[in-house]
Amino acid sequence: MPAGLYRALLTIAGAIAAIILAIVISSVAISAAGASPEAAFAAFFDFGETERAVVNGIVTMLNRAVPLFIAGLAVAVGFRMNLFNIGVEGQYRIAAVCAAYVGSTFAAPAWIQIPMIMVVAMAVGGFYALIPAVMKVTRGVNEVISTIMLNYIAINLAAFLVRGPFTGERAKGVLTTTTPTLPQSAWFPNLNVVFEMFGLPAPRGGGLWGFLLVAIVLGVVLWVVLERTRFGFDVKASGLNASAALASGVNPKKMVISAMVLSGAIAGLIGMPEILGDKHSFGSNFTPGLGFLGIAVALLGRNKPGGIAVAALLFGFLDRAQGPLQFANVPPSVIMIMQGTIVLLVVIANEITSRIALRREERRAAQQLGRNTPVEVAA
Amino acid sequence: MNADTVAAVQPAVELEGITKRFPGVVANHDIRITVEPGTVHAIVGENGAGKSTLMKILYGMQKPDEGTIKVNGEEVAFRTPSDAIASGIGMVHQHFMLADNFTVLENIVLGAEPKKVGMLDAAGARARITELAARHGLRVDPDRLVEDLGVGDRQRVEILKVLYRGARILILDEPTAVLVPQEVDELFDNLRELKAEGLTVIFISHKLDEVLNIADAITVIRRGTTVASVDPGQVTARQLAELMVGSELPTPETRESTVTEDVALTVSGLTMEADGFRPVPKGTSVALYVEKLREEGRRLLLDDVSFEIRKGEILGIAGVEGNGQSELIEAIMGLRPVHGDITLDGADLSAWSTLKRRESGIGYIPEDRHRQGLLLEASLWENRVLGHQTRPPARSGIWINRRASRADTERIIKDYDVRTPGVDTLALALSGGNQQKLIVGREMSGEPKFLIAAHPTRGVDVGAQAAIWDHLRHARAAGLAVLLISADLDELIGLSDTLRVIYRGRLVARLDPSDVTPERLGGYMTGAITSTEET
Repeated sequence: MPAGLYRALLTIAGAIAAIILAIVISSVAISAAGASPEAAFAAFFDFGETERAVVNGIVTMLNRAVPLFIAGLAVAVGFRMNLFNIGVEGQYRIAAVCAAYVGSTFAAPAWIQIPMIMVVAMAVGGFYALIPAVMKVTRGVNEVISTIMLNYIAINLAAFLVRGPFTGERAKGVLTTTTPTLPQSAWFPNLNVVFEMFGLPAPRGGGLWGFLLVAIVLGVVLWVVLERTRFGFDVKASGLNASAALASGVNPKKMVISAMVLSGAIAGLIGMPEILGDKHSFGSNFTPGLGFLGIAVALLGRNKPGGIAVAALLFGFLDRAQGPLQFANVPPSVIMIMQGTIVLLVVIANEITSRIALRREERRAAQQLGRNTPVEVAA
Repeated sequence: MNADTVAAVQPAVELEGITKRFPGVVANHDIRITVEPGTVHAIVGENGAGKSTLMKILYGMQKPDEGTIKVNGEEVAFRTPSDAIASGIGMVHQHFMLADNFTVLENIVLGAEPKKVGMLDAAGARARITELAARHGLRVDPDRLVEDLGVGDRQRVEILKVLYRGARILILDEPTAVLVPQEVDELFDNLRELKAEGLTVIFISHKLDEVLNIADAITVIRRGTTVASVDPGQVTARQLAELMVGSELPTPETRESTVTEDVALTVSGLTMEADGFRPVPKGTSVALYVEKLREEGRRLLLDDVSFEIRKGEILGIAGVEGNGQSELIEAIMGLRPVHGDITLDGADLSAWSTLKRRESGIGYIPEDRHRQGLLLEASLWENRVLGHQTRPPARSGIWINRRASRADTERIIKDYDVRTPGVDTLALALSGGNQQKLIVGREMSGEPKFLIAAHPTRGVDVGAQAAIWDHLRHARAAGLAVLLISADLDELIGLSDTLRVIYRGRLVARLDPSDVTPERLGGYMTGAITSTEET
């Protein structure tokens, strides 16, 4: 069996084992909370009776998975070179409020308007990530600390901006403050066509976010950049062995800055599906916490775009069950317990499986060489 | 001592049929060794023969799969080093395990502190250490900080540490690897004293002259098994070496000189402060600034280092580790800022980045291949790309050319005889010698004009060593300028066209390798001989 395939199978086996174990542990937690584990797990797979309910369930799951996927990618870029960008949370929020405001100030054809808004979001996110990067390379400030601190600034700054300078007109009877609504040309078309093609009813609300396609393209492009380009090689080398990378001519300062800015620019896109595809403005009810969840998603996906996609879908699947769980009289915080245990166990499983894979590699090399070289030791 | 005399009928250590398998390899196979009490018993074998594994088994760090260990006639099964210590076995590791910011006394008692009402009984400890030191002729000052001690003193502290814990059987793993010849003599005097006191010493080495000098009995290990037990009085170094290698010996001697008139690399006035680089103040020259630093009595890691290397010349730098060799390499590679000028082929590269220096034709075989030379968890072809990611064949535009890199890795594997299942194998799966051959192949493949070879054969087996020497000689004949830094004095003397000695950051002597002995070289390295130019 080729080493790559073996390693992939081993990883999948490890992940499945971890998820089963997580289910067992969560069952204990559910029982402790006084609910029935069977009812809880039934709720996860209960997408509803009618076709429309099923479609709605799937859309909820996918719409949740898209920003989580982008968040996972943003975190993974840093993780790949041992750079812990905890600041994705702040970067995407500040990017979202700025992009939503800038987008509302002008109207242009959709093919200009939407890319413009995305460019603003990436620029703001990238710039906000540049701050800890510069602090790290010039003064050696640990990026974990600085990005955590910058998160607080970003979150409160975003809240201030949406109430102050960037605030829009509030419609009668609406309690949330938002930025001005984006012009129609900035609304990202939805993908409800897909359901209509299969003769299924269209989901309610904003429908399936068209940004899903952008996310897929982003994932593919990032994979190519990380796996096939010189930049990707430098990132990998810096992550695997920083001193070897330095000795081979990789400039660590340049790498820190470019990886951080790339990470922040991707983070800038996290809020886009919601703003362009659904709410059409940044408001005080904008989804929080995606940046932190992105850390878990990246860990779960082993910093590889493919794995991150699977992890984002899994998280989306779990998050969708919020409603059904409440109907089944199970506290929805079970979801967080499950997510937490899965991440923890998968990280452990990854460590174990990669050790097994490395050991096998060593053994295989030794065996193959053993056959080729004469051994003169008499038994 | 009386106990030992009584037990003299019993061997101090008896190993019977010890076998230890690691996944895919048999590290030890049917090892049989009998060590008589009150002797120095040497275990010799080349790197990778299985000596270290065997010692780890004897010291309880690893469990044998088969076989028995008897200590003073009693069968034992060690689970941890504490069990071994309890049986009176102590180990002095090749790499010292001392806390630099502790005194000698603190280091010796660390982990076995004598207590008096809950407090460290320093007076009791001092009395015991002084007594031990006096009895065994190991002179050390118990109140000095370990960081102020030289290598030889540190080793004595390690030995005292083991004796303090009541060891009667000492294992010394390659104790002379870090010592200069004078220090080796001192160590041997100490070992003879220990022997006279009735202690047993197991001495692991691959330096045959030393073994013949000190040992009372010799066991040879080759490819994981004991191939011979010999009496040092009845063998020559040559015979011992042949037992060890099982084939004819390589020698590092370069044949005829290939030194040309063209200067490849010029280094002038390299100076590095110990407490961090500061730019030269405006209005003064580097020379004046350095002069000022010296007047202020600042410690300099590199002090006005200047040399030239011609095309086809190997310049060897001898020196005890930590006298500025690493800093010199870092300065030339552009990893650390430094004052002074470096010129390669007429181009001043003082202000260039590491990448640009590499692109301009500097190859680098690092002193620690795991730290600076390899991505252990990446494939061999990716390791081929490392350091060459901006040059063909590894690069095409913004992309890494995977096909060309793989093909070129195949070439290195073939030309440099790297034993590997394939180019996709992870680097960590290779033995040290094969990893090093891959690095040498990689660094030669950029058609370098100048090569830094830092300890190029450290920790590799004899076969790989001979191959690496051959490659260096060929490259030299083809006009490569080489800066060779090594702790192996035979390698330095054998390969170099010119020898310089570095001592406390200064180049203190220029020697002709054709008429220098390791002993004289050692004298310069320790600062015992101070006259400068010799030839």
